[in-house]
Amino acid sequence: MKIAPREAYGRALVELGRENDDIVVLDADVAKASMTSLFKEAFPDRFFDLGIAESDIMATGAGFALAGKIPFVNAYANFLLGNGWEQLRLSICYSRQNVKIVGHNIGASSGKDGPTHLPLEDIALARVIPGLLVLEPADAIETRKATRALAAYAGPAYMRVGRMPTPVVTREDDPFVLGRANICRPGQDVTIVACGCMTAKALEAAAELAARGLEAEVINLHTIKPLDEEILLASARKTRAVATAEEHSVCGGMGGAVAEFLAARCPVPVRAIGSQDIFGICASYEDIQEFFGMTSAKIVEEAETACAMRDGRPAAPRC
Amino acid sequence: MDNKEQILAAAARTAKNMRRSIIRMTHMAGGGHPGGCLSATDLIAVLYEGFMRVDPQNPRRRDRDFFFLSKGHAVPALYAVLMEKGFLDPREITDFRAKTGRLPAYPSCELTPGVDIASGSLGQGLSVANGAALAARLNGTDQRAYVMLGDGELHEGQVWEAMMTAAHYRLASVCAIVDYNKLQLDGSLDEVKTLGDLRGKWDRFGWRALEINGHELSEIYDALAEARAWREGPTVLIAHTIKGKGVSFMEGEVGWHAAAPNDRECALALKELSDL
Repeated sequence: MKIAPREAYGRALVELGRENDDIVVLDADVAKASMTSLFKEAFPDRFFDLGIAESDIMATGAGFALAGKIPFVNAYANFLLGNGWEQLRLSICYSRQNVKIVGHNIGASSGKDGPTHLPLEDIALARVIPGLLVLEPADAIETRKATRALAAYAGPAYMRVGRMPTPVVTREDDPFVLGRANICRPGQDVTIVACGCMTAKALEAAAELAARGLEAEVINLHTIKPLDEEILLASARKTRAVATAEEHSVCGGMGGAVAEFLAARCPVPVRAIGSQDIFGICASYEDIQEFFGMTSAKIVEEAETACAMRDGRPAAPRC
Repeated sequence: MDNKEQILAAAARTAKNMRRSIIRMTHMAGGGHPGGCLSATDLIAVLYEGFMRVDPQNPRRRDRDFFFLSKGHAVPALYAVLMEKGFLDPREITDFRAKTGRLPAYPSCELTPGVDIASGSLGQGLSVANGAALAARLNGTDQRAYVMLGDGELHEGQVWEAMMTAAHYRLASVCAIVDYNKLQLDGSLDEVKTLGDLRGKWDRFGWRALEINGHELSEIYDALAEARAWREGPTVLIAHTIKGKGVSFMEGEVGWHAAAPNDRECALALKELSDL
């Protein structure tokens, strides 16, 4: 079953709106894409369109929080984090305002709109700001839980929400705790750390690896910051070979966060899957993922390479 | 509320004390931006003496008015008024720009009671004010949100985004104050990048624009009262000011945008300010 995480997000906002009068939603003229249009319809008095003004919307969110509201601030991820970064840093994070930033149309999902519209840097931009929680739920079920968890969390947070229908890989009764990763599949030969839609691809890769005789442990790292160091350390100590998979650049993203941590605490090979420091292309969603290697086949390949490096064997040849 | 004459008398005393604090603060710290503090002093003094509903015993009380110093480099002027109004101990004056204490080089709401938002990266304060005003409207309170903007700060595009937001939502509780001292770091505003018909621009962006002498306390009072009474939308006070106002050798001198007075200059300035 595939569901677009943004649908779950839009519905979760409406639930929260019913439960708490302090929830307000701000959008930068993309309410239909972000699906905050559902909240707008249900609570028109608590929905604010700031127009195409990402710097303004970010700092306006800080003002709402200052006066006691819980604002969810929405726009396309690259424009929001790009144009609104300094406002996120100063007016929200340094000022410790309780604002929820939600980035949409993430990764490859803008498809043929091409390189200008492919957010591949937003995790990196968010991750460097002190005190900012960074999330990317794996599927629609987890997106609902994450949205509710953010409303209950007192502090600034950034969440990426997927646009495309994504396989549902978590269950309603799975625990969801901010900062606590979930093991979706236990294994002892290699660790695959994934977030967002890449979690489903990691599980596909793990099935393929099993057929090849390697038992992969798949970790759903829905909270990218703060890292669940305990679960990463335990898995890396066990497998001593790690691959990371994200719909984002490998520079400064989730894989970077994992590599930084493991380099200091448990230095093992870490192979990062994501865009490799290049801009995208105008193509279908699937073709762009193929172009960047955001595929289960690539995860299999990199997991095997990590194992080869660990074992001192030559990796399979590649360009 | 006190009558206008009492408020103006209090504001005159406060402004005088603020100017002395600004000189001492920047002198002791060996840094800061005295020119743009002294130009803003009279505006801030009247605002706090006559209009801001704040409580030094409970700086974050829910029904307070907001003051956002968007031109964060003028923070000594804010610390000075917070000392006058009992939010800060005047003995903290030595802590400006110090490693410890509550008076960092730019405003921090985490460190300093009476400061509502951090600033220092220019252009953000008006957006914050709009958010607070929209929230207050939802909450059904009559809180007001004042923002002080530098004139050079108006080069920042975000200010114009926020001007549109305030006009679109008819935010009558928002009052912007432009400290129009016409000098910035690299020289005169007209040399760096002119603002042209500033009043006309605000006016055409849907604001009620009042042009005043930013050192005439009575004019400042009347404009703030008029802004408070206006229910149709946001008001801006375009306050013509003099950079370095009150210290003869600083007035109109671009070099005092960011420079600390030395011992001799400090003594001279304090003497002039005592004689006012």
